[in-house]
Amino acid sequence: MLKRIPAIEMSGISKRFPGVSANDNINFKVYPGEIHALLGENGAGKSTLMSILAGLYRPDSGKIKIKGEAVKLRSPGNALEAGIGMIYQHFRLVSNFTIAENIILGTKNKKIGINKEQIESDIRSFSSSFGMEINPADKIYQLSLGEQQRVEILKMLYRGCEILIMDEPTTVLTPGEVKELFKILRTMAEQGKGVVLITHKLDEVMEIADYVTVLRSGKVVGDGQISELDKQSLTRMMVGRDIVHSQAEGKKQIGELILAVDNLNVKGVRGNRAVSNLSFNLYKGEILAIAGVAGNGQKELIEAIAGLREIESGSIEYEGEEIQHYNVKARAVLGIRTVPEDRIGMGLVPNISIMDNSILRSYLQDEFKKGFLLDYPKIKEYARQIISDYNIVCSDIHHPVNYLSGGNLQKLLLGREIDGNPRVLAAAYPVRGLDVAASEDVYNLFFHEREKGTAILLILEDLEDVFRIADRVAVMYQGSIKKILEVENTSIDEIGSIMLGAEVMGEQYAEV
Amino acid sequence: MDIIALTALLAASIAAGTAILFAAAGELLTERSGILNLGVEGMMLVGAVLGFIVTVNTGNHWLGVIGALVGGGIMAALHAVVTISLRANQVVSGLALTIFGTGLSGFLGKNYEGAPMLYQFKDLNIPVLQDIPVLGPIFFQHDIMVFLAMILAAGMWYVLYRTSWGITIRSVGENPQAADAAGINVARVRYFCTISGGMLAGLGGAYISLVYAPTWQQNMTAGRGWIAVALVIFALWNPTRAILGAYLFGGVEALTFRLQTMGIHISSFFLVMFPYIVTILVLVLVTIRRRQDAGAPEALGLSYDREER
Amino acid sequence: MPKFRLIRREENSTLVGLMTPILSIIMAFVLGWLVLDLAGFNPALVYRKMFSGSLGTYYAVSETIVKAIPLMLAGLAVSLAFKMKLWNIGAEGQIYMGAFAASGVAVAVGDGSPFLLIPLTMLAGFIAGAAWGFIPGMLRAYGQVNETIITLMLNYVAIYWVDYLVFGPWKDPKSMGFPLAPILPSGAQLPVLGDSRVHLGLIFALIIAVIIYILIQHTRWGYEVRVLGESQAAARYAGINVAKNIMLVMLISGGIAGIAGMIEVSGITHRLQQDLSPGYGYTAIIVAWLARLNPFAIILVAFLFGALIVGGYAIQIVGVSFAITQVFQGIVLFFLLAGELFIKYRIILIKEEAG
Repeated sequence: MLKRIPAIEMSGISKRFPGVSANDNINFKVYPGEIHALLGENGAGKSTLMSILAGLYRPDSGKIKIKGEAVKLRSPGNALEAGIGMIYQHFRLVSNFTIAENIILGTKNKKIGINKEQIESDIRSFSSSFGMEINPADKIYQLSLGEQQRVEILKMLYRGCEILIMDEPTTVLTPGEVKELFKILRTMAEQGKGVVLITHKLDEVMEIADYVTVLRSGKVVGDGQISELDKQSLTRMMVGRDIVHSQAEGKKQIGELILAVDNLNVKGVRGNRAVSNLSFNLYKGEILAIAGVAGNGQKELIEAIAGLREIESGSIEYEGEEIQHYNVKARAVLGIRTVPEDRIGMGLVPNISIMDNSILRSYLQDEFKKGFLLDYPKIKEYARQIISDYNIVCSDIHHPVNYLSGGNLQKLLLGREIDGNPRVLAAAYPVRGLDVAASEDVYNLFFHEREKGTAILLILEDLEDVFRIADRVAVMYQGSIKKILEVENTSIDEIGSIMLGAEVMGEQYAEV
Repeated sequence: MDIIALTALLAASIAAGTAILFAAAGELLTERSGILNLGVEGMMLVGAVLGFIVTVNTGNHWLGVIGALVGGGIMAALHAVVTISLRANQVVSGLALTIFGTGLSGFLGKNYEGAPMLYQFKDLNIPVLQDIPVLGPIFFQHDIMVFLAMILAAGMWYVLYRTSWGITIRSVGENPQAADAAGINVARVRYFCTISGGMLAGLGGAYISLVYAPTWQQNMTAGRGWIAVALVIFALWNPTRAILGAYLFGGVEALTFRLQTMGIHISSFFLVMFPYIVTILVLVLVTIRRRQDAGAPEALGLSYDREER
Repeated sequence: MPKFRLIRREENSTLVGLMTPILSIIMAFVLGWLVLDLAGFNPALVYRKMFSGSLGTYYAVSETIVKAIPLMLAGLAVSLAFKMKLWNIGAEGQIYMGAFAASGVAVAVGDGSPFLLIPLTMLAGFIAGAAWGFIPGMLRAYGQVNETIITLMLNYVAIYWVDYLVFGPWKDPKSMGFPLAPILPSGAQLPVLGDSRVHLGLIFALIIAVIIYILIQHTRWGYEVRVLGESQAAARYAGINVAKNIMLVMLISGGIAGIAGMIEVSGITHRLQQDLSPGYGYTAIIVAWLARLNPFAIILVAFLFGALIVGGYAIQIVGVSFAITQVFQGIVLFFLLAGELFIKYRIILIKEEAG
């Protein structure tokens, strides 16, 4: 085999963030025409390494060569000029701009004035040459996340990128869209471009990648041709041990009806209808997962159940009582507790102490009152108890809550809500961004609650998790629940097709 | 009111609105890049005093204009360093700038207080156009600065919405992460817009001290800087609407001076209150009528840190 | 060329947090020296005059305290609003409205017991200031109207309103044509300390500082304010009524500033008059920020800025404009803002450019 020059060669890269060594002396190579998976758990340092390559972060030490030549990437602009484009997990698109404006953004232009029609028709033909049909005059906020991702890819191709880095690209896609994306990536590789796929999903690696580099705790722990590796060995490299997923014992007896949502309609932030004619029942002692592509009304649904978002019509019945006009406080007192998607900023208050955060939902209770003042000795004691009950690692409860790591933040938030003795517990994306160990801790808390007979509603993004955690799964598409299935009687493919909006045959659950 | 008086009133509105228009256009540009600068009043005052001092000492009002541009620009550069490079709170920095500018202009102008301005801009009556009945006297019989303000605001609209520079500036104000990822130097764009905005505020101040009320007095801008900030909100961050709004506020001011001659007897203290009350009412109506935040750049007031996680 | 980079600290530095206000003040004097020098003054002489005029004698110190009292009250007032990230820059107008109401009530009621009149005028001052804070608060709470601009516009309205009164309907016939309202009945005048002008308002300010501290740090309502100041979303999630608290905080903030106006009338001028405040409401913003919104620190910082104001009057003798005090205030605030960066970040020098 001929000795090929790598398109990218990173050597000895180190990068520290406060409290963590995100990258520790990492070597990484990508060859032209290769789909290279960068595998690792959340927090293993994958995104950091690629953000360095994209010019977003500067390494503390290390060298980067492109096509054999040493380069300094001081900004994303530098990286783009060097032919490296990165598509972040949160897309970097200006939502008030059109597709065309986003694509030409930052390109060097000799002419000052712009000819809109000309540019739009250029982009139209450019995109169809890659088999992507788009309308360049559409505004970004009108697009689904899958379409936005295509705009990001187009943007990079338009800039002439030779290396495309994609950070967890499949999380926002339905299984069908994933197949399409992989087709596009394959085409790009065949044209000699290098593709780096940052992921924590083994199945994806096995399906699409040619080569894999595995990171753990900021270090490279293994690499090799996919053809020479199997799932088991990759898992061991990634986690450092064989994963024993906790799973609740045996089949649970589903209890009585506790929460009935009927024909719910809720407006979204932009005044659009985010939740439309949505109905479902939730029973004591079950975990009902909601699956669906992000942005299909999940967030609004949770907020409507919590009492944080006004509903347009429909009803929410709790133990036979209509509660849709109750405010957040009243619902929390009844036992409806929610864990919002936005951990720090909604679930927890930034910049105030861990102690103060521990009473966010209970500061009005008489046990924390002494005369007309708050009883701080008691609050302190309470915060300490939460810390120890839920194994939260923290050096001082007087520190701002921001000092906690992601997993500890979520345990504090979830622990606090569980401590309020919920009878309905709803959580949005409870394990997003957490590593395997922290995710397991969080799921175990839910299992424990289920044992106690609490009804649990979870919005999950990972379908594999749905099958592992939930008793039933409700598939959400365009604001309504298309179908509710027992997890034992369904498959990822079936859920995936419903997520895409496939007609549900037979009995329409959503129509009551 | 007869047609001649009305014509005179409208012409005066344009003259009175010009200072606000310069300042508002500057603030609009600044805010479009995502930086909120509440120091407009301070920058206008420094522009006014420097324009006045330079003109008096050199006898050349164009040098005075340059002085005002430089003064406003340096003031804005302070805000830029503190908020862009040092990522400080933009509201507080703007307030600091206003307090600083108020003090600095008072300090520098102490010996010039009440001095008359002998060098003035002559009216530049546009041939042909000025002879159009009614419209001629309203729009085409003004000093050159009035035309400059109009052209500038219109030009700013063109740049913001019809050029790649405009896309760049707006993207930085809407989503600096996206602009950065597209290879745009966010800090550089913000510095450029903030400093240019300050220069325009300085120019607006100089228009007052050199043309509109040709003298120097402490605090002579009398809140026009704040009215300019309000005007940007009224204009929904669109320069063409800012032209309209500036002349509307100019009209309120012009009307204030004329009410008494029109036989309406109100205490002069209520008359001087009038523009501020109108500002409040306009701001309330505009904000309540539309959906909140419509038109505001999404990243307005937020500092950008690339490595923030 | 050395290169710098900012690295986020793992924990905010308390040392830098304490040092920045002090360094900011020192830097203001250093830069002020340059400004004075460039303007052709003798900085050493000016600073000496400034110091002796504000702190050099018993009388000077007492005058400094006199100026510090309204700064304490106005500083406490705005700090409360700032805690919730409500930019109340209308303390100046709220002071004028408080002074107007206090003077109006005192003159209308006529003489009586101080135990009745002082609480009564204080209440009047509070209510008028509160109303002036409530207007922008309500607009912000229910209409999302920018409170910064509204509070500032209301300053002008309040100042011209007082001008109207003292030049017009309230003008004292005995004032020989000067724009002065009638003198307050003696029962409404605040008692003073010895032969100085230091009045009972100082005690009011100290009591209010303690009350604010307890309210914010140790009550349920204070907890709500602290949560709201950091995140409205979290506050809604906790079931806190956002609109009600915005209005309440603006109302109390305005009310305390109104008391500052009341004590100026009943403690110092003893009548409503023009130019009642040399910009206390604006200086209060700096006082509050320099004190990091801590009520006790506000008392201390207000004293320093009281000295700056009195010193500013003193240096007019050598021909320096009083406006220089505002230059100082601006510089202090700029350095303070710049310094805040170093509480959160460390600066490191990079030897070799990596990557």
